Amino acid sequence: MTTTAPAMASTTASAATAPPTPSPRRGGRRRQLGWAVLFLAPSAVPLLLFSLLPMGVSLWVSLQQWNLISDPTFVGLDNYRSLLADERTRASFWHTLTYIGGYLPLVYAGGLALAVGLNHTFRGVGALRTAYFLPVVTSWVVVALVWQWLLNPSTGLVNHLLGLVGLPQPGWWTDPAWAMPSVILASAWKDLGFVMVILLAGLQAVPQELLDAAKVDGANAWQRFRHVTLPLLSPATFFVVVISLINGFQVFDQVDVMTGGGPAGASQVVVGQVYDLTFRYGSAGEASALSWLLFLVILAVTIVQVRGQRRWVTHA
Amino acid sequence: MRSSHPSRTLVLLAGSTLLLSACAQGSATNPQADEPSTDTEAAADDTADEAAQEMVQITYSNFSANGGNEENLDAIVTAFEEENPSVDVTVETLPYDDYFTALQTAVAGGSEADVFELNYENFVTYQESGALAAMEGVDTSAYVPSLVEAFAVDGTSYGLPESFSNVVLFYNADLFEEAGVEPPTSDWTWQDERAAAEQLTDAGAGVWGDYQPISFHEFYKALAQNGGTFLSEDGSAVAFDSPEGVEAAEWLVGKSGTTMPSAEDGAGTPDFDSGLFMDGELAMWHTGIWMFGAMAEADFAWDIVVEPGMQAQASAMFANTVVVSERSEQQEAAQAFAAYVTGSDVAAQTRIEAGWELPPVDDESLNAAYLEQTPPANRAAVFEALDEVVLPPVIASQQEMQDIVTEELTEAAAGRKTAQEAVDSAAERVAPLLGE
Repeated sequence: MTTTAPAMASTTASAATAPPTPSPRRGGRRRQLGWAVLFLAPSAVPLLLFSLLPMGVSLWVSLQQWNLISDPTFVGLDNYRSLLADERTRASFWHTLTYIGGYLPLVYAGGLALAVGLNHTFRGVGALRTAYFLPVVTSWVVVALVWQWLLNPSTGLVNHLLGLVGLPQPGWWTDPAWAMPSVILASAWKDLGFVMVILLAGLQAVPQELLDAAKVDGANAWQRFRHVTLPLLSPATFFVVVISLINGFQVFDQVDVMTGGGPAGASQVVVGQVYDLTFRYGSAGEASALSWLLFLVILAVTIVQVRGQRRWVTHA
Repeated sequence: MRSSHPSRTLVLLAGSTLLLSACAQGSATNPQADEPSTDTEAAADDTADEAAQEMVQITYSNFSANGGNEENLDAIVTAFEEENPSVDVTVETLPYDDYFTALQTAVAGGSEADVFELNYENFVTYQESGALAAMEGVDTSAYVPSLVEAFAVDGTSYGLPESFSNVVLFYNADLFEEAGVEPPTSDWTWQDERAAAEQLTDAGAGVWGDYQPISFHEFYKALAQNGGTFLSEDGSAVAFDSPEGVEAAEWLVGKSGTTMPSAEDGAGTPDFDSGLFMDGELAMWHTGIWMFGAMAEADFAWDIVVEPGMQAQASAMFANTVVVSERSEQQEAAQAFAAYVTGSDVAAQTRIEAGWELPPVDDESLNAAYLEQTPPANRAAVFEALDEVVLPPVIASQQEMQDIVTEELTEAAAGRKTAQEAVDSAAERVAPLLGE
């Protein structure tokens, strides 16, 4: 790259001066195209090779019966049919929705509270913001192992503290009813910092004049937050919700490490099912079909959100 | 499957002491694995070109050398290369946990090794999928005949037996003596084991009487010990939902939380059971003979006996095999290497000396050498257990069946189902898999 830099600089300069010339040279345009291709290539080639091509292949695999070892056999839409009839498919989607239902409100409320709390200037605010963001950049495996340990039903810190104040001590990841809440708790904790950073940026864009004007009009602190800050925060909220939903549907790492989908399949999510179908149960075809079902669900949810945002997202 | 699997536990048992040797090993094998990439090698390449034309390159992928036996495998490979100067073997060793995922992916992409290792259950899947070459040119007379048969289909070998191991009852003799309980004998039944376990469990001192994983692998064995069978004779129907099956399930899950630590105490997590036994906090332990090496360091007296039976004695046996890929372009060299790494004297000697599972060869003098080593003093129990062996039921949807049985038994152990409910539910879920 370094050797071509001077050449590029000179060409961009000539390209910049080219458009005003009345007689466009065909060579110039071709050269422009060449540069465009060159600049696009670093992201276009990996995108084609590692996203679009595998997607095409997975669509093809989803129409095959294939255990990865023998030769694949074409089965048409059989994989989709058997998945739709399989109770485990419904269960895994239901668990994923349960996860999102618990995770999204928790991470949003927590992130908002942190953002509001840290949207002030006081000693150590930078250190605090960094501290809350650290889990976001920590490996999921590490975080999940630590939470598994914290939530250990018999020796974990959480149950120890609950015991001290006389509260019931749940079986957390060893109890089917508590396995998903355990995962939700760990996930919300890890992603709090991300939501906080986005909302903090949103908060700092709220014009002080509007808040002052509301104050002059007699609005109390809650009213100012509810009717001025929150509406102006809606673009940031929208972004957080879209991203969290897409990520939420693809939840896997923390479930795999903390519960392995158990106990008794109580926390098996869609991507976990895709993994098991491929590598445990030798059904790469069904796994690919399930990936496509998941893709369709995420696509539908995102379209609904983008359409629906007009009603509640305020663009200042 | 999880904690009871021999190879997996083999990987785990090696622990940190072997990390060092594994690192050292990595540097010893990597230069072979790398394509000629360094300058010196590239330069040497030109001069060696004529020789290279006659050199046959084959690759060998395995899991059983991982975690401590890398050098032993290297010794076997080096001996093979000395005897076959025209063959160059590149070894790839992966941990058991990742091995089958990596192998599936490699086979799917057509890039699997010429020669690779499989356990018995996976052998069936790979053979049925047509991924394995028939071992036509190999003389199998040196191997234990029953092992050869296990990896043959209609009289044709598709894999050569590589090693085998079984599960016995380990016991801490010091704990028995302190508690004034008679140590186990090969005549024991489940009742004897339970009575001793109850006497030896001392919650205050943190001592547990017994440990046996609650899993598919323990269940099919307990079922056989109780005189039941897992599937009907022709394999078309479930047979474990019998009174014998329910009793076997009760025997296993009844231990959890009484004489044996429960999941909440950490049971089932890696190294939990070996740690407990090593710390002198476990009186009886159902595990495989691959733990001999790790337990040699224990600072208390321990020994083994054949597992107690009920209606009959039945011990689990695990066998690994070495196979040749159907797609390998070096069939001759690949089969020669497979034969060497499994059946040669060097391979057998190396395995015996290292205590690295048992070689599959029919040779009394090798067995004698194995028996001489202690602990445990009662090594003869290893061969005694081989007299009454039960093999796992194998079906096309193997992993799914194993997961279902383990999951239902775990539910019963956690007290969310009775043993009867768990067995019935498992039978209901396994039945549809049999027709596939």
